[in-house]
Amino acid sequence: MMTAPAPFLLKDASVSRVMTQVCLALVPGIAAYAWLVGPAVLIQLVIASLAALLAEAVMLRLRGKPLAMFLSDGSAVVTAWLIALTFPPLAPWWLVATGTVFAIVVAKHLYGGLGQNPFNPAMVAFATCIVSFPALMAQWPSVGLQMPLLDQIDIILGLAPRVDALSGATPLDAMKTALKLGDGEIDVAHLLANQDIYGNFAGRGWEFVAAGYLIGGLWLWQRRLISWHAPLAFIAAFVAISGALWLYHPATFANPLFHLLSGGTMLGAFFIVTDPVSGCTTPRGKLIFGAGAGLLAYIVRVFGGYPDGVAFAVLLMNLSAPVIDLLTQPRIFGMKDES
Amino acid sequence: MTRDELSTIAWNGIWKQNTSLAQVLGLCPLLAVTTNAVNGIMLSLATILVMALSNVAVASLRNFIPHEIRIPVFILIVAALVTVVDLLFNANLHQLYLVLGIFIPLIVTNCIVLARVEAFAAKNPPLQSTFDGIFMGVGMLWTLALLGGLRELLGNGTLFGGIDMVFPSLQPIQLLPADYPGFLLGLLPPGAFILLGCLIAWKNWLDARAAARARRQPPAPAAALGCH
Repeated sequence: MMTAPAPFLLKDASVSRVMTQVCLALVPGIAAYAWLVGPAVLIQLVIASLAALLAEAVMLRLRGKPLAMFLSDGSAVVTAWLIALTFPPLAPWWLVATGTVFAIVVAKHLYGGLGQNPFNPAMVAFATCIVSFPALMAQWPSVGLQMPLLDQIDIILGLAPRVDALSGATPLDAMKTALKLGDGEIDVAHLLANQDIYGNFAGRGWEFVAAGYLIGGLWLWQRRLISWHAPLAFIAAFVAISGALWLYHPATFANPLFHLLSGGTMLGAFFIVTDPVSGCTTPRGKLIFGAGAGLLAYIVRVFGGYPDGVAFAVLLMNLSAPVIDLLTQPRIFGMKDES
Repeated sequence: MTRDELSTIAWNGIWKQNTSLAQVLGLCPLLAVTTNAVNGIMLSLATILVMALSNVAVASLRNFIPHEIRIPVFILIVAALVTVVDLLFNANLHQLYLVLGIFIPLIVTNCIVLARVEAFAAKNPPLQSTFDGIFMGVGMLWTLALLGGLRELLGNGTLFGGIDMVFPSLQPIQLLPADYPGFLLGLLPPGAFILLGCLIAWKNWLDARAAARARRQPPAPAAALGCH
């Protein structure tokens, strides 16, 4: 009997195949997002993809790597899509392009390219831009904004003036600001019930975007492309800390469901903390990584100055990932513990 | 002192052992102060003054300072000179003094100063030591000026911001269009780290290229000049 040499892989797990499926898994979320804020999202996806491929090609050329092989692996496109989905959909084109180029050039290639980056490139782009351009990164389209495609393109390309009325805060930001201004007299339940920006559970319409990411993430898990450890730990940590604070003082802390369906929680849980390169690799390590990211994301989101904390939390956990991996090495079968 | 000696000292200070790009010393003021070229240049000028004076002082006294307590003695000498510079800045360039703030007194603890005193002035005659201090400072000067210029260009689109604090008649140059949004990262500490890393990589790349070229044509007499 003839067999191929080990390893005996059951399925083709090439980088480009995995990346294609990750892109597919993002589609439900993207569809809900495009339905919510209009086709601007799709334009941002195109801008980010073009910028990523261009930056990737230039860096590969400079580093003397084969262009075709690395360009077609799709990793740059996944990074670009994650960036486009975390940036405000009506942001000027150069904002998304700057973030993407920074992610590909600095966060990916300066550290050695695919598989070598200690930080998640998409989160580096988000953190860089929110620190560098705080005003533009806070301009989210207001709820129920109806705007023709051409007008949206004009705004993104900078041909039309950026009208302030077009932009509102995210549901998370609106809640933080209202609670701060209300100074103890406004409670969360009142805000959720009376403000137009909120739907049944979280931000109006944003709930469906989060649900879309959840569906895509569960599909990735079902396909065995991601393991359950990091997402479950991330969500569990989020529920644990938000639930505890909510039970302690429901007037000033929103319930766990609100936090799960707001901001970048779902996108982060299934597409960011599951990054095989910048995250942990051991099963126990993934649990610690996910839980740490969830806790930090909640703390930055609720007590920090930025609208959402997922990016900063993931970057901080990226820093600790090598140590976590070192401390959680599984026992090798047949060997004693404590080698 | 021969010409050769002088050119070696100059080449070491300005390029080969550049305080920021090769020795990577004194990062604290480098990162904190270089938010524009003017701050970087002025702090470097203050450091040059301190380094030249402390090197000549230590080199003159090097045969009288007991070896065991040389570090405290060096620090005392440097501290006295820094106090002079600090008072000079406070009196003559008060606005800039407020901007540079703690970093002028902190020149005392700047490891570049102590490193040159310990590594060079304590073993060499005063004249050479003076030039070593000056050229090490010049190496720091151009690096800080370049880094500061890059940072403010990226962050503000200007060059020589704050020049009016030194020469009241001059204005900063607006290099990029006035509606340039400003890549704030350049002005923040991470931007300084990233740009410094790029500058170090640039120097290493130039050095590696020069070394490769020297290997290709080994017996060239031009190599003895020590310039590229």
